[in-house]
Amino acid sequence: MTEYFNLLWHDYTLRTITLGTAVLGAICGMLGSFAVLRKESLLGDAISHAALPGIALAFIITGAKDSATLLLGALVSGLIGTYWIRGITSKTHLKSDTALGLILSTFFGFGMLLLTFIQKQPNANQAGLDKYLFGQAATLVESDVKLMVIVTAVSLVVLLLFWKEFKILLFDPDYTKTIGFNTKFIDVLVTFFIVLAIVLGLQTVGVVLMSAILLAPAAAARQWTNSLSTMVLLAGLVGALSGIFGTAISASQDNLSTGPVIVLVASVFVLFSLIFAPGRGLLFREIRFRNNRKDLELMKTLQFMYDIARDHENISHPHAIRILNNFQGYTKGSLKKLENEDLITLDGPDWALTQKGFDTAAEMYNQHMNNE
Amino acid sequence: MGEKIAVKVDDLTVAYNYKPVLWDIDLTVPEGVLMAIVGPNGAGKSTLIKAILGIIKPIAGSISIFGEPYAKQRKMVAYVPQKGSVDWDFPTTAFDVVLMGTYGSLGWIKRPGAKEKKIALESMEKVGMLSYRNRQISQLSGGQQQRVFLARALAQDASIYFMDEPFQGVDATTEIAIINILKELRKTGKTVIVVHHDLQTVPEYFDWVTFLNVKRIATGPVKEIFNDDNLTKTYGINYKVAVNK
Repeated sequence: MTEYFNLLWHDYTLRTITLGTAVLGAICGMLGSFAVLRKESLLGDAISHAALPGIALAFIITGAKDSATLLLGALVSGLIGTYWIRGITSKTHLKSDTALGLILSTFFGFGMLLLTFIQKQPNANQAGLDKYLFGQAATLVESDVKLMVIVTAVSLVVLLLFWKEFKILLFDPDYTKTIGFNTKFIDVLVTFFIVLAIVLGLQTVGVVLMSAILLAPAAAARQWTNSLSTMVLLAGLVGALSGIFGTAISASQDNLSTGPVIVLVASVFVLFSLIFAPGRGLLFREIRFRNNRKDLELMKTLQFMYDIARDHENISHPHAIRILNNFQGYTKGSLKKLENEDLITLDGPDWALTQKGFDTAAEMYNQHMNNE
Repeated sequence: MGEKIAVKVDDLTVAYNYKPVLWDIDLTVPEGVLMAIVGPNGAGKSTLIKAILGIIKPIAGSISIFGEPYAKQRKMVAYVPQKGSVDWDFPTTAFDVVLMGTYGSLGWIKRPGAKEKKIALESMEKVGMLSYRNRQISQLSGGQQQRVFLARALAQDASIYFMDEPFQGVDATTEIAIINILKELRKTGKTVIVVHHDLQTVPEYFDWVTFLNVKRIATGPVKEIFNDDNLTKTYGINYKVAVNK
């Protein structure tokens, strides 16, 4: 590992690639949060596949192989694909998953066709286009990373400017319309930047795996927070770390291609978050479930005591613990716990409700009656 | 009459895939009434208010709010959608949702400031949700979620309130709290239009009613037109419920 950091410090290429994947992970994570919250997770997959014919056509038309030209082609065909998906869903009876599937496979098929056509061409210039299928981070050069940084900066500015609009559109689009916002414009803006982020990542991660970079950081981040802004920031961080670690792992092991490793690192983040995140994590839920069951037993005992105590003028009149015997819910431990919480007092063989215990039980009782 | 007309709908027709959902609706709602829109399932009740609010595009018809086209009068209108229309697992707090009520008057890009936050807090207080302001919205009960939606509309400080089934899936306490707020709104001269399901409570809650079943059957004061005749026309079958107690 130290060797790797030494390398990172001295090796210009590795530094460029690491910076590129980190920036890419960050922007995809942030914009991916919006896709996830709009329940449009698969849109990313469709867009990245839809971008392939654009890359091929850009090459056929211009003959150029620099990434800026090719990515421009990808952007155009990605946007056309997205527009058609939206069109199909709004104008026909087809549901959005069908529309996504149709566009994804049609565009991808067309893209593959063009790629094979290009490969049959006599000029030997065509090699390397297939890197957009699975991505090849090693081909990132300084100008690519610069482009990423610029696009990321622009996205961030737009994100900050229209934060309020994005947020309300994500939560309640119909309402957003009624208070006078042009929801179509906000929608186009969000979608455009999602497409942009995807296109940007094609060279590094490739058409096939791109959607994972978009979704995984957002899915992981959602587990840890209940605030939209924290979620977006966290998704950016997870994305960046996935890029950095993924590049590091693939650079220190020979023959591991970077894109898939980044995706796997991001998946590890997701897995970890699904299990260990407080609140939403599986582990936490299990613990809470067990605690609830314990609490319930405790409260049942208190309720039983309340039923006895409220027949007396003095609610703190002591009663024998023995009379709890015909109620099975209590144990020595649970009595001790009730005492610790000042709900009852224990005195040798007797127990008595405290005022707090009486009030707690009474409130529970009322709630119960209200819910009936 | 002399009183102002809050909402006027002319020749409104809405169709989904060639099937008319609303057919040639004319509707006039005077200012200051608390009106229920009743009708069977699929009668187009929600569609009517969505079409008035421009959420659904009608095939034909025009809408005016206080005599001007709706597009000009947006700020006078507040909308409370059905509770089930949004994802309550969205990462945000009750306060943030209420604050959205101020977005319309803020306009593009500008951020809510101290003034907007104050309005949101006051609105939450009115619906008895102030102590829940920092709650994640998924942790609210159905009734509390409905109150949050109502508070968001109150934060708009509108003249006309459109509500889509505000009593659906809420507890009795919330139902009473909500209807009291609506009555309070009417007292201050606001117009409130509610898509309503429970015929039994119409005479108790509302002073004005519209019967709707694709076509508009009748509109007027509850005392005059809430009768078996109109109920039968609207619901098809011979409708004799315990409403005329």
